[in-house]
Amino acid sequence: MHPETSPPVSPEAPRRGFLAKALALGCGGLATLAPLGAGVWAILDPLRRTSGAAAFRPVTDLAAVPADGVPRRFAVVADRVDAWTGFAAEPVGAVYLRREPGSDTVQALSATCPHAGCFVEMNATGTCFRCPCHNSAFTFDGGIVEPSPSPRPMDGLECRVAEGGAVEVKWENFYTGIAAKVARP
Amino acid sequence: MSTPTGTPPSHRGPLRRLADFLDDRTGYRSIVHEALYERVPGGARWRYVWGSTLVFAFMTQVITGLFLWASYSASAQTAWESVHYIQHDMAGGWLLRGIHHVMAQAMVVLLALHLLQVVIDGAYRAPREVNFWLGLVLMLIVLGMALTGYLLPWDQKGYWATRVATNLAGLVPLVGPALQQLVVGGPDYGHHTLTRFFALHAGFLPATLVLMLVVHLALFRRHGLHAKQPPAGPDAMFWPDQVLKDAVAMLAVMAVVLGVILVPALRTMAAGGTVDWGHVGAELGAPADPSQPYAAARPEWYFLFLFQFLKVFEGWGATGEFVGAIVVPGVIMAVMFLMPIVGRWNLGHRFNVAFTFALLAGVGLLTGLALHEDYYALWVDRGSLADAERLFAETGGDERKIAAALGGDRARIAAMEKRLRTLEKVRNSEAFLAAVRQARIDAARASELALRPERIPPAGALELVRQDPATQGPRLFAQHCGSCHAHVDPASPDAATILAKSSAANLHGFGTAAWMTGLLDPNQVAGPAYFGNTAHADGDMVGFVQGDLQDAEAWTPADTQAVIAAMASESGLGVAAPDVVARGRELVASDERCGSCHRFRDNGTELGTACDLTGWGSREWLAGIIADPTHERFYGASNDRMPSFGKAADGGAPQLTSEQIGMLADWLRGEWYRKGGGAHR
Repeated sequence: MHPETSPPVSPEAPRRGFLAKALALGCGGLATLAPLGAGVWAILDPLRRTSGAAAFRPVTDLAAVPADGVPRRFAVVADRVDAWTGFAAEPVGAVYLRREPGSDTVQALSATCPHAGCFVEMNATGTCFRCPCHNSAFTFDGGIVEPSPSPRPMDGLECRVAEGGAVEVKWENFYTGIAAKVARP
Repeated sequence: MSTPTGTPPSHRGPLRRLADFLDDRTGYRSIVHEALYERVPGGARWRYVWGSTLVFAFMTQVITGLFLWASYSASAQTAWESVHYIQHDMAGGWLLRGIHHVMAQAMVVLLALHLLQVVIDGAYRAPREVNFWLGLVLMLIVLGMALTGYLLPWDQKGYWATRVATNLAGLVPLVGPALQQLVVGGPDYGHHTLTRFFALHAGFLPATLVLMLVVHLALFRRHGLHAKQPPAGPDAMFWPDQVLKDAVAMLAVMAVVLGVILVPALRTMAAGGTVDWGHVGAELGAPADPSQPYAAARPEWYFLFLFQFLKVFEGWGATGEFVGAIVVPGVIMAVMFLMPIVGRWNLGHRFNVAFTFALLAGVGLLTGLALHEDYYALWVDRGSLADAERLFAETGGDERKIAAALGGDRARIAAMEKRLRTLEKVRNSEAFLAAVRQARIDAARASELALRPERIPPAGALELVRQDPATQGPRLFAQHCGSCHAHVDPASPDAATILAKSSAANLHGFGTAAWMTGLLDPNQVAGPAYFGNTAHADGDMVGFVQGDLQDAEAWTPADTQAVIAAMASESGLGVAAPDVVARGRELVASDERCGSCHRFRDNGTELGTACDLTGWGSREWLAGIIADPTHERFYGASNDRMPSFGKAADGGAPQLTSEQIGMLADWLRGEWYRKGGGAHR
């Protein structure tokens, strides 16, 4: 293609040329490896992070959950660390609590839709849950109402009533979009 | 050469066929060929590597900079915090930041070498003038990136250096003040200073640099390499001969950079120590605090010559700074821009070379002077200046008194003046070194606080530092208490000197059994560590300790020990057997013992004669006496000189807020956050 620039390569060149090329690529590559390696090392840092072990957190009092079988929404308050910032007692999410008539047992459902992670709300008539994003619908005890894009029922959370009537929920996040209920690390 | 010959297409391997396909559609082979097969007249040489190492340094900065960008947050409440997080929390963050920081400095050195090589070789001459000018602009852009990058961690060092730099920009005639305000993002330093500096550092400047660099390299190719005469050998090709030399040089640059980062850590490891990787690589000072003086403020070393240069104009006022920071650098840049024109004549080229060397020598000299001044105390033996120091203390530095003290002997006066100047230099240097030490302590403390399990409050790390007794206690004490009170460990070697200068009690260890033991020691109670230098030197307490307390029948040593234990238990700073404490409390309360003057719990003694010993040395008690020693719980009317720090004078604000008083009390009691808990003191 460039007959006018025939390179003045000396006869012993091919072998020496190969060595020089390999060395040049090696040195250049090695030198570039340091910044690239450090960068990749640092950018993968989030993979080491977990949101901490799931723990029971007080959400409300038993008296605030009417025994009428209708779920009520409550904020979950917890200390939260966002990278370098520590937030004391911040709302970190929401749960629906529900109590059957005459029962002291409270059922807790995460308000996060198992389909794609939107915030599940009550439908307009207050007869079931409905997710505003893709219309997943759930019964008050979390079961799927067909047709629904959600691959699994709403995520139940462990819930207990402490002495003195404080309702405590074991707050966890789960992977969305899959049939199995798997907690995030 | 790029056209494969001899082998029919059907017999080529799949890789070769993919390459052929790509070449057919893109013509990449000719582009690569164009890029690699540049003739190097006279053969490859080491002296040609500087430009390539600069491109490599810039690429390193782009790579590390982009990765840093992914974790950096530019605001006054998050900049220091995010950099601290990168440095201490993120895996490999210290290495990433270290490479970016050290390579920035390497780039300045490489720039100087590249410039030097171009000027010496006369590579700026026709037809390469424009490319030389482009190179100078590139140099200014790199320096601009260095300057803007220095601020981004928003630590004390970067903050104060930037204030100086932007104030100097304000000296530019006519547009100066507007320019400064635009760069700073308003009349004050804050969020917008950071967002603007970040945009300059990571956006405008590198984008401009890339554009200029493309033209710079294109012109370089157009003109060909400026060969050093006479040629060292036959012509060679850029690839692989010169590329190999370039690559080796790049590797060497990276090795030096990594060495600067890692050698201190490797030394620690070799000595058997453990390395805290969060402290390896680039330093991070304490969070920027406009209310806190920073005597260790210095620009980065490659701007130190400018810093020193400004001192030449000391005494000129604003004119001096204008001349030093703007006129002289401007003239120097103008001369450099004229080099290609001046260099047309042989003599002109010699002038250019001489000018460049003189410039570098001047920069080196000024940098050396700056370092010499700052670190002077390290190599001068202060003991040899004892006579000058004594004379200075006696005369207060008054020239006439010095002359009189030396008997008017001119030779001796001249010699002494020289020694006094040396003494002043030593003192200035000591002050700087002390400021550097303090800056390190403050930085380490800020980092310790930021790593608490609760992490940094949303208001930012400065808030943590401002509410930290360990940081603020000594500052508040020095400012408000230290002119009378000492705070020195009695066992330290300079305790006697410090105590002799104090005029109130030594508060080191106040509230502890050790402190109380000294108070009840007849040899100490009237000494400088207790009441010696106060109005109470011949008061009732001194009389009691030196009189009644020495009556071994009335006060057995066990009684005294019990009182000490009881008092240390009141402060909460001492632990003793409960029966001893109970016995001590009885003695303190008894109206035949301490209780005859002192109120203690419900012993019914009237207030006003002596301090209420209930809760003596506790946080609440200390806060009370600092706030108002004239309160009847404390010294009442017999208070000796101590101001009521928490009481507002008519209509004004109190000298100290209750928060500040609380921090002083906590600091005196040795109560502050420590990594992993830890006991008092």
